[in-house]
Amino acid sequence: MSRMWLLLLGATATMTFALVVLVVVPNAMLESIPAPPELRAYSQAEAEGRALYVSLGCIYCHTQQVRDPNFTTDADRGWGRPSVPSDYVYDFPHQLGTMRTGPDLINVGARLPDRQWHLLHLYQPRIVAPWSLMPSFPFLFGWKPAGEAQGEIVRLPPGSGREGQVLIASPEAQHLVDYLLSLNRTYPPSLPEAGQEAAP
Amino acid sequence: MSEAAIADALEARRRLDGPGRKPALLCYVTAVAWLLVGTVFGDYASLLFQYPDLGTSWPALTFGRIRPAHLNAMIYGWSSLAMIGTSLWLVPRLVHTPLRWPSLAMLGGVVWNVGLVLGLWLLLAGRSDGLEWLELDRFFSDPFLVIGGGLVGASILRTLLAGRPKHLYVAVWYIAASFVWFPIIFVTGNLTSFRGVEHAAVNWFYAHNALGFWLTSISLGAIYYFIPKILGRPIHSYQLSLLGFWALAFFYALNGMHHLVGGPLPSWMITTSIVASVMMVIPVAAVAVNHHMTMVGRFTALRYSPTLRFVVLGAMAYTAVSLQGIFTALTEINRITHFTHWTIAHSHVGVYAFVTMVMFGSMYYVVPRLAGREWPSARLIAWHFWLVLIGIAVYVVALTIGGVVQGLALLDPKQPFQASVDVTKPWLLVRSLSAVVLTVGHLIFAWHLFRVLRAGAEPVVFLPWYRARPIRVDEERA
Repeated sequence: MSRMWLLLLGATATMTFALVVLVVVPNAMLESIPAPPELRAYSQAEAEGRALYVSLGCIYCHTQQVRDPNFTTDADRGWGRPSVPSDYVYDFPHQLGTMRTGPDLINVGARLPDRQWHLLHLYQPRIVAPWSLMPSFPFLFGWKPAGEAQGEIVRLPPGSGREGQVLIASPEAQHLVDYLLSLNRTYPPSLPEAGQEAAP
Repeated sequence: MSEAAIADALEARRRLDGPGRKPALLCYVTAVAWLLVGTVFGDYASLLFQYPDLGTSWPALTFGRIRPAHLNAMIYGWSSLAMIGTSLWLVPRLVHTPLRWPSLAMLGGVVWNVGLVLGLWLLLAGRSDGLEWLELDRFFSDPFLVIGGGLVGASILRTLLAGRPKHLYVAVWYIAASFVWFPIIFVTGNLTSFRGVEHAAVNWFYAHNALGFWLTSISLGAIYYFIPKILGRPIHSYQLSLLGFWALAFFYALNGMHHLVGGPLPSWMITTSIVASVMMVIPVAAVAVNHHMTMVGRFTALRYSPTLRFVVLGAMAYTAVSLQGIFTALTEINRITHFTHWTIAHSHVGVYAFVTMVMFGSMYYVVPRLAGREWPSARLIAWHFWLVLIGIAVYVVALTIGGVVQGLALLDPKQPFQASVDVTKPWLLVRSLSAVVLTVGHLIFAWHLFRVLRAGAEPVVFLPWYRARPIRVDEERA
């Protein structure tokens, strides 16, 4: 059945060609890019926070990439300079994202450095932004009697708390905020990509 | 043709269908079960845009887990299993030999389902590989899909190589190649040796090709079979089908990076994908002209064949979604629509209006031949058709508009981010309403399938076409 073999070989060949162009060659080009000196690897707590970011599926509403200013206004929103490949050398799995139901987060640590804001926002986004569609994550927090509270306390605005109790951030919530605050690619881009030409 | 010759022809077909009957039915029944599961996930995810605090006490019910659960149930559950079921029936018919190794195919279907149950369970419990379209756990779920798919693929490829047809029909090319393409891309997508932007490149190499070299290719194979088969008329042009197939094989595989337009990848990669996306006009036009020219002058047949209705609608949606995809890859459109609900609408034109419609049509044709019983109610088929057609039309229009207004708001830095959220809210509400319509359609279809397969339904008698009384789908069968 030679025609059938010809078909199967041809199909394999076209796919192999694409695999070489879009996976093998870029991999060879990109795997040796050095980490920028200003970018440090994630700490243990930040890495755990990142794992929770992945597990809760934040990527389905938040990107982590600032696009080319030649045809987008990402930079004008104060989201930072255009992202370059070396910004992501420590990222596995990548979380570049494809949807902006919420804002870009690649520089959220620089844009919103207030730890308490993040804790409150994760507990109930609509306390800080009534129009928000983000899920609340109450399961990352716990209520404790005011006297015996241990851990990181979330300062709630008047009227949203409980009488005689305080809201405590779980270690998971703290790690997630550690990760969000670590998101900061505001340093100058590494030289090899600085002159990168614009996409058409 | 004499009575004896007709009886012989019918008996020959029964012999062809026989060995593949059980695995094909297993895949079909579990596919429809996944359709219902995926529908519930989709409805819930949509509702969260109106009630963001719904069920947030349970981590498993958070949007970021329900949404990928919806996608995976629909892609690897509903679409993949429906396509595998169709392939298991179609390949023996196409190469005129019964299915080989049917027990391997049966086992493969079971293993695939086990892997999917495990993967979705883990996903809801918080274990995700973190890549869109590749969320299923690479240790406890993906291996089941690879082995299950491999077993089915072995059975299908063995059948293809055992067959001795005088002519290798175009539907065979698409189906045979898909069972080679899918394992290559699925394994590549799950490799762990990539970091950062390379990982993004591999992610979209996989995800786009899962559409092109699995969902699209098998569905196109089914369209190429059913339209000429039902009309009793050959496909318009052999040359065009040849061009359509190889141009798809070459250009589609290079498209993936258009999901990252403007992103931090080397720009030559994105340029390559934009160029390849524009070149997709060649296979799309070839296939569209071929299908349309086969149909032309025979559109009244849509009244008599439910399969033809669904399949022709799917073929039209394929042309539409491909042209939309080409435009979306252009920078001028992409700067508005990237990162918006436009993309969600686009993917539903592809996976629903194209792939799902073709699979509904295929099942309307194949199930009676597997079960030996006819669909009991033409009225239920009509209800199913109109509900899903209206549902998906409203869904796509609403989210497309929602995506454009969202994109325009995002593109204007003078407007606060809040504006880009607020303008989408009415359209997201319409989407939830369309989801209700789709859900009712799916429930009717599942109920109807249950009725065909339940013992006691009317046994089917397949007469040669020139003797059968035409069945109009808009009247109840006597």
